[in-house]
Amino acid sequence: MGNWPAFFLALAIVGVVFEMLRRKKLREKYAALWLFVGIGTLVLAAFPSLLTIVAERVGVQLPSNLLFIISILLLLGVCLHLSWELSVVEDETRTLAEEVAILRTMVEGMSAQDGDAPATPTTK
Amino acid sequence: MKILDSTRVLVIMPAWNEAESVGNTVREVLSVGRPYDVLVVNDGSTDATAAVAKDAGATVLTLPFNLGVGGAMRAGFKYAQRLGYQRVIQVDADGQHDPRNIHEVLAGLEHADISIGARFADRGDYSVSGPRKWAMQLLAKVISALAKTRLTDVTSGFRAANGRAINQYLDHYPAEYLGDTIDSLVVAIRSGCRVTQVPVEMRPRQGGTPSHNPVKSAVYLGRSVFALMFALTRKRSTISDPALAAKGAV
Repeated sequence: MGNWPAFFLALAIVGVVFEMLRRKKLREKYAALWLFVGIGTLVLAAFPSLLTIVAERVGVQLPSNLLFIISILLLLGVCLHLSWELSVVEDETRTLAEEVAILRTMVEGMSAQDGDAPATPTTK
Repeated sequence: MKILDSTRVLVIMPAWNEAESVGNTVREVLSVGRPYDVLVVNDGSTDATAAVAKDAGATVLTLPFNLGVGGAMRAGFKYAQRLGYQRVIQVDADGQHDPRNIHEVLAGLEHADISIGARFADRGDYSVSGPRKWAMQLLAKVISALAKTRLTDVTSGFRAANGRAINQYLDHYPAEYLGDTIDSLVVAIRSGCRVTQVPVEMRPRQGGTPSHNPVKSAVYLGRSVFALMFALTRKRSTISDPALAAKGAV
């Protein structure tokens, strides 16, 4: 029969991801991956013999090594994905910063032309 | 919003906590008596840079946080393009570029898209040694071969650009270290921009000293080779020529 501590751990992970998703703390595109990982762990914890069968099929002598290599590759993929997403966000932030700076300068220029009329609520 | 006179030149000055020197530099540029507008890009300064620059007569573009020289310059190019400037030049806020040389560097744009005000070009007494020198020589050699013209100082921050080069820069101008010099230049050349150089003298900086630390110089060598390798493998941009675009619109 299954490995109960592992099963509950996996259940907790799935529960947390689901709750974060429900509260909109996590975007769907990231949640999908973690739900997939959590459900995979759940299945493996319930039926540990599955791992042994798969390990024999692909020719890995020690079933736990199969688990490790899968986890490492998966985490590596997640890291790379996050770095990529972060680069995209930094690029977008940079563009926004430029836009804000240009708009601010132009608005200040306009309100200076209007003789500091309505655009500046604080008077000297 | 467009400027009325397209013969005006925008002098872009990236400044990060340069309150001590930016005022003098701006006043000096404006007192040359040529059609220059000065844009100080306040790159997230925590001191009085913006106020000092404004008092001196510059337009100030305030970035909400520090983006680095590359980030500040791209913001400046974007501003220049929006307002319709056909010629821009980057000048350091620390006063090491002599404003009287600006028109000489701009003159290079008559037969090129990018004009670099270069040290080492048999004028002035600027000198470096060790790994930093090797890095600069290597960069100069590789980029000269790419540009098919002799360039001696590719990391100079005294660079002028025309409308075509501005469009290219807006497509690719990294905010990373050396992105504002090597990377942007290499990609611009590979995308078809012509480059030329004009010998200038550099004045001593008003604040700070150039580093002569051999470890720092070695790191500089490594990073510049790294930046160069990336730049050489990057995708070319397809630049829309402003002159052609204008003809197409009519």
